[in-house]
Amino acid sequence: MVNEPALQTPKAEAKNLNFFYSAVHALKNIDLPIMRRKVTALIGPSGCGKTTFLRCFNRMHDLYPGNRYAGEILLYPEGRNIVSPEADPIEIRMSISMVFQKPNPFPKSIYENVAYGLRIRGISKKAVLDEKVEKSLRGAALWEEAKDRLQKSAFDLSGGQQQRLCIARALATDPRILLFDEPTSALDPTATTKIEELIIELKKEVTILIVTHNMQQAARVSDSTAFMYLGEIVEYDKTDKIFTAPSQRLTEEYITGRFG
Amino acid sequence: MNGGIKKRIRFMKAMNYGFAVLGLVSTFVGLILLGTLLLDLFMDGRERLTYSFLTSFPSRFAEEAGILSALVGSFLILVVTAAAAIPLGIAAGIYLEEYAPKNWFTDIVEINIANLAGVPSIVYGLLALGLFVYALKLGQSILTGGLTLALLILPMVIMATREAIRAIPTAIREGSYAVGATKWQTVQYHILPYSTGGILTGIIIGLSRAIGETAPLITIGSLTFIAFLPESPISGEFPFISLKWLSAPFTVLPIQMFNWVSRPQPEFQINAAAAGVILMLMTLLMNGLAIYIRYQFRKKIKW
Ligand SMILES: Nc1ncnc2c1ncn2[C@@H]1O[C@H](COP(=O)(O)OP(=O)(O)OP(=O)(O)O)[C@@H](O)[C@H]1O
Ligand SMILES: [Mg+2]
Repeated sequence: MVNEPALQTPKAEAKNLNFFYSAVHALKNIDLPIMRRKVTALIGPSGCGKTTFLRCFNRMHDLYPGNRYAGEILLYPEGRNIVSPEADPIEIRMSISMVFQKPNPFPKSIYENVAYGLRIRGISKKAVLDEKVEKSLRGAALWEEAKDRLQKSAFDLSGGQQQRLCIARALATDPRILLFDEPTSALDPTATTKIEELIIELKKEVTILIVTHNMQQAARVSDSTAFMYLGEIVEYDKTDKIFTAPSQRLTEEYITGRFG
Repeated sequence: MNGGIKKRIRFMKAMNYGFAVLGLVSTFVGLILLGTLLLDLFMDGRERLTYSFLTSFPSRFAEEAGILSALVGSFLILVVTAAAAIPLGIAAGIYLEEYAPKNWFTDIVEINIANLAGVPSIVYGLLALGLFVYALKLGQSILTGGLTLALLILPMVIMATREAIRAIPTAIREGSYAVGATKWQTVQYHILPYSTGGILTGIIIGLSRAIGETAPLITIGSLTFIAFLPESPISGEFPFISLKWLSAPFTVLPIQMFNWVSRPQPEFQINAAAAGVILMLMTLLMNGLAIYIRYQFRKKIKW
């Protein structure tokens, strides 16, 4: 393919990243590229630091006292370090958005949930909002189900629909990177399939980093996979490689279900 | 089945039943007492419960006396109290929950606010006498009275605000921050709207307590006999709004009641009971409103 090399450039890259919850050293010397318009999956046993790592990317840790970053996450093409104290977390969250483990729609209408990110950026023209809301809901494969009830409460949607609504909310502001933290762990198989198809569709436009407990899911949706253990990256490679011929024994033991 | 287990289950069931009965009785004790009190007041005061009782000034003659100045006084005091306590209380509550760092200093502030809610109201009266009447020279006025009661209910408003805010799940805040909202935007679009029900409930319960307060108002020098109304807040000429009523002397319902109770003539006891009925009704009405608002908001937002 002609643009293959261009697609293989990293959108972001963790370099010697360390993270501390006060005294707890949760991430240790992490080096990991996040490829542009690809899906990178993070797998590993419970408590190994997947969520912690993910939340570094949009500086969610800054919301709580005592948390500290060391090292870098470089955002390309500018190459600036988004975890440095000089980088403004609010500005970073404007371009790196997040979808949480449990759907967390706001107790507002479907429309207002999606429009929220635009409203806080000062956009209030109805025509602009209407267009963006439709585009985002389409992008999140929710438009057909939601178009006739845009003014209804988001709480009336099913769990899977709520999660897609949260994806639409994250998409509305045209993020450069989308973070997913086990986005289907609270959903049934049908809703899970929908979200997985959606993720594969979304990577045409955005760079995706996804945490998952489900190995099949990682295999289905991701291009490359990183295996984490005790706060470190044990192995990072193309997803097929990781699942067929991992180079580390620990990785192999984990994906064959011998621990974790 | 083993007989011992059966016996034990029977015993546990009896315990269960016993508690249900005990709980029911305890509930009814409160209800019956309140009902009896209201009924008794009503029976004592019923011959004065007429329209003219509401629209007459106090008088030397019990049959002609009414509660107009006390009603208006109570109402205006509440307006001042609400205007002062609501913005201050909500702002303080939001600050403490959303902005203040959690350290020893905010811990002390927190403990102090909880303690303030338990300070006897007459102590607030003394504080207000020194602060508003003597130091700030606001006089023995509606403004002073309203501010005094605002001090009294401020801790209640702060605590209601904090509790309502604390009920909002972290996931909602994180959802807001995750798309790039600032703290103030999160407060404005989420924290405030979602906690309105709880805050309103707290405010109304605070105000319904304020409306019955006597001691602090007597301390700052509320009169017991007022046969005129303060100047109207709306005037015929520019700028159409007058604030002179703020500096007018005042009386309030419970003080008017106290005045009548302390008179020797039995006719005045009837007036006191009638005023008591009105006061009770107003309090019950406000509490009912608080419950209604809470119900409405609970229906809309379920976490
Ligand atoms: N707020 C916190 N304060 C202190 N330690 C924390 C905090 N949050 C997480 N940790 C610790 O950091 C480590 C990594 O936690 P993290 O939530 O990132 O794990 P995870 O890989 O996402 O696990 P799971 O698969 O169960 O979600 C764990 O040992 C956890 O106990
Ligand atoms: Mg996690």
